[in-house]
Amino acid sequence: MSEIIQIKQLRRTFLVGSEEVHALKGISFTIHAGEFVSIMGTSGSGKSTLLNVLGCLDRPTSGEYFIDGIAVSERTKDELSTLRNRKIGFVFQSYNLLPRTSALENVELPLLYNTTVSGKERKERAIRALEQVGLQDRMMHTPNQLSGGQQQRVAIARALVNDPVILLADEATGNLDTRTSYEIMSLFQQLNEEGKTIAFVTHESDIAAFTGRTIQLRDGHIVKDSPVETQSAREVIMNYEL
Amino acid sequence: MNILNLFKIAYKALLRNKTRAFLTMLGIIIGIASVIAMVSIGQSSSQSINNQISGMGTNLIMVMRTSQRQGGVNVGSSNVQTLKASDVDAIRTQAKQISAVSPLVNASGQLVNGANNWPGSMQGGNSELLSIRKYSIASGTNFTEQDVRNSAKICVVGKTVVDNLFPNGENPLGKSIRFNKIPFKIIGVLESKGQNQMGQDQDDVVIAPYTTVQKRILAITYIHMIMASARSEETANEATDEIESILRSEHKLKPAQESDFDVRTQQEMLEMMNSVTGFLTILLAAIASISLLVGGIGIMNIMYVTVTERIKEIGLRMSIGAKNKDILLQFLCESIILSLIGGIIGILLGLLISYGASKGLNWPYIVSVPAVGMSFLVCAATGIFFGWYPAKKAASLDPINALRYE
Repeated sequence: MSEIIQIKQLRRTFLVGSEEVHALKGISFTIHAGEFVSIMGTSGSGKSTLLNVLGCLDRPTSGEYFIDGIAVSERTKDELSTLRNRKIGFVFQSYNLLPRTSALENVELPLLYNTTVSGKERKERAIRALEQVGLQDRMMHTPNQLSGGQQQRVAIARALVNDPVILLADEATGNLDTRTSYEIMSLFQQLNEEGKTIAFVTHESDIAAFTGRTIQLRDGHIVKDSPVETQSAREVIMNYEL
Repeated sequence: MNILNLFKIAYKALLRNKTRAFLTMLGIIIGIASVIAMVSIGQSSSQSINNQISGMGTNLIMVMRTSQRQGGVNVGSSNVQTLKASDVDAIRTQAKQISAVSPLVNASGQLVNGANNWPGSMQGGNSELLSIRKYSIASGTNFTEQDVRNSAKICVVGKTVVDNLFPNGENPLGKSIRFNKIPFKIIGVLESKGQNQMGQDQDDVVIAPYTTVQKRILAITYIHMIMASARSEETANEATDEIESILRSEHKLKPAQESDFDVRTQQEMLEMMNSVTGFLTILLAAIASISLLVGGIGIMNIMYVTVTERIKEIGLRMSIGAKNKDILLQFLCESIILSLIGGIIGILLGLLISYGASKGLNWPYIVSVPAVGMSFLVCAATGIFFGWYPAKKAASLDPINALRYE
């Protein structure tokens, strides 16, 4: 199995006034292709900082980070932008869709920043991504015409459209009711079965139960990194008639 | 990222907020439209004055009375009585560059023919006045020098006067009309000249021998003005100098004394009017460009608001791979698109306003190509200048903070 994400002795320190705050205190782990990993922790545990580093939005203070074999620490800001564009698909808690813009155009957005993709290909890939999340009937709907679950599906399609090596989800079910969040988890499981590598940041253990491995953070350290007995989200929905 | 994508992104972002985009543009539209309209109207008016003055003949020379000091008292020009008919004779005999010269006295009053009456002014001159003023006789005859000497109560009249005093179309020749109760026999009717560029009716005129006007109407011995024709446009300045020196010796002025008259050529009038209208045009354009500045500041203002409002969007764009440069260019593009579209609408609106104004005022319609070109450049510059700081602000946002911004 190839290594999608590899971090070694990763540290991230912030300067707040004159005081140094150590958000990540030297953590190491590897995510292989095809894994579905949940990153858990309470607020202040450092999981947001970790996600920012994994998402190439932030650079570690020290330590090494490789994504798809590329060393991130030595890259310039513009190179990080390109990495985000080609290697990473973000899914946010609040969807972050452009208002008054159709689902299709929202999904096309990442490809607009990729000059190697033509206008025609852009549209085809966006349509394919929307089909993957089951929204082929709602392509021309704007976000305010879609339910929360559907909006999150559009956001997932947007994350898939550039065919990233990893999907990074940040509390992606946080704004949804239980049934809808399980449906979204079912979609993630399906994408994972199709071969997508996923890192899912959450603080809810019932959500983490749908993933294959949990990395638990506390105060900037990894306190637990273990495989999970994966529950099928679809079965949970059916069994409990949610 | 290529330019086409960039414009597409900026354009879509603007479309998402049409009302605001339009309101922002409105500032630029009004600014540009007023600059274009003001410059164009200013130029039309100066062109119209030009036409009018040239229409009177550029070889026309006028001698006016000027205000003067008499023992320390400044006397207004209307009370100055220094111009005499003898001055006219002196000019006629001595000046070499003058082809015709006539005194001019003006009296205003009511013209009456039976039950019809018409307010008008009577201009007194000699037999050369018609040719100096470029009038010609349509029917009848002009009065002669003999008539002038005799202070004959005869006159030639313009078409407007005829139409108003003889509404039933009778032949006015030989008829008697009254001007301030004094009867005048009409001996000639003038060829119609129509309105001049300022909308003045050049046919609303009665011309009589100046001696008649002087003695029988005004009871004065001086004259109001001298009108002369130079032999040609080229010699107008030379003729002016001749008249100046003849009148100075006639009026027995010492070399140190100021002239008690003022010799003007149409050329000078033209230059003077041009400098006045030119100044007015610049003034109007300057005022209008203030509104353009305000429009530009409006764009900057809205762009700042837009950036703040769209911080999350900026964070998202950065997280999906937009470089700082892409964000900068997107917002710059938005403001350039706003100002350019606003500019184009403004130019069209400005041309429309100036077209309407020139038609309404009966002035020639002039499109000032430099003003249009300048406005266009100003638009582009406004877009870049006022869009730069907001765009810079957007591009310098930190993606992490932008994404978490509420």
